[in-house]
Formats: sequence, C-alpha cells, structure tokens
Amino acid sequence: MKTPLSSILLVLLASFIGSFGAVFLKLGANKLGGGLRSALNLQLLTGLTLFVGSSVPFIMGIRNGELSVLYPMVSLGYVWTLFWSRLFFGEPITKGKIGALVMILCGITMIGVGSGQP
Amino acid sequence: MNGRARAAKRRSIYMVLGCTVFAAAAQVLMKFGAGHQMAPLTPGDSATWLPFVLSLLQNWQLVLGYGMHACNAVLLILALRDGELSMLYPIIALTYVWVNLLSVYFFHEHINVFKAGGIALVMGGVALLGRQNTKA
Repeated sequence: MKTPLSSILLVLLASFIGSFGAVFLKLGANKLGGGLRSALNLQLLTGLTLFVGSSVPFIMGIRNGELSVLYPMVSLGYVWTLFWSRLFFGEPITKGKIGALVMILCGITMIGVGSGQP
Repeated sequence: MNGRARAAKRRSIYMVLGCTVFAAAAQVLMKFGAGHQMAPLTPGDSATWLPFVLSLLQNWQLVLGYGMHACNAVLLILALRDGELSMLYPIIALTYVWVNLLSVYFFHEHINVFKAGGIALVMGGVALLGRQNTKA
C-alpha cells in the first residue's frame, strides 16, 4: 500500500492544529485559580475546539496510507509545540528536551513500521 | 526553583501520565464501540435523528470512550497549570505504548521487534523528559 500525499498533508495539518490546541490550553490553564468562573475562559474553549477539530483531518488522513509514514507526521506535533513553547511562554529549549523528542519520534516511527509487519 | 514549585511540577508530570492512561482506554473502548450496529443517519431527514442519537447512547463503549476523553482533557488542563508545555506535551506519546500493549490483550495483535524497540524508545524519551524536571 502506498501513502497518498493527501494523507500526509492531512495528518501534518492535524499535528499543526493540535499543537496550537496545546498552546491555547496552556494559556487557559495559566488563568485557572478562581473557581469555576476562571475555568470558563475563551482560551480553554479555543484549545478544546482546536483539539477536537484536529481529530477530523487526522481521521481522514490516517484512513488511507501506511502508519510507518503517517505516525512520524503526527508526532511532529511535539516538535511544533517545542517551538511554540519557546516563542509564547519563553520555555527554554534544552539538550535534554531535544534528546527526549528525538527518542520519542524514533520510537513512534518504529511503532508505525511495526504496525505494518506481521 | 523552590521545593513547592518542584513538587507541583512533579505532580503535573504524574497527571499527564494519567492522561495517557485515559486516552489509551478511550481508544480501546471506541474501537469496541465502532463494531456496534448503529441506526443510519441522514442529516437531511429529521426522522432519522432521534433513532441515531438513541443508538449512540445505547453504545455504552462509545459513550464511555468519550467520557474517558473528557477526563483526559480536564486532567491535561490541570497539569498544564503548573508545568512547562514543552515538557508535558510530549509525554502524551506514552499513549502509543499503552494502546499497543492493550491491543495485544484485547485484539490479539502481536508485538514484533519494531514495536518492542519503539515502545522502549518512547518510554526512554519520556523518562529523559522526567529527569529534566529534577534538574531544572
């Protein structure tokens, strides 16, 4: 089975939308603290909407194609999030974080490869 | 960083670990739920709406799966309050590990050498992330 380019682009789009979902959840979570009213903030709502919304292109994309190709695309979302965290929250990009991400990306790719094997 | 902030950060790591368990359980439940017979839905025909919603609610595995996803979201938000996004978000990759292990039990899938190696790498990566916290 070949993986169509449309599937790759859909899954990349999903990872991109999902990474912004995480940014908005963090923005909303930072506002928590004042009871239930603080939990009903626009950032949390946006984050949840982006998370649920990202599942649409994800499911459309993952339907056709090989997981060995598509799984690494999904996990690129962690890489986007690393950059957004630096950009929006000033979190440092450390060697340890990069090393951990490389391990996780390689691991998810291997699980994707293994899914196509007996 | 003082002790209290560090304890809060450690707690947030355990909360995201809890998220991955909820997410994996949700995926397994939804896979079971997808096998259920459902009433057909024609969005333009309002007469099909109620039977569809009723069959959706009777599909307890699907409903429970959605519930697990909701728990996952709440726990993730609470975790993000006290921790770095760039440290907590990649921990979600552990979901792949649990889903693969649960699939052996529930769907009789096989673990091959690639999957085993991948599972080990993901766990190692998450462990490395956890260590970042104690050093920071």
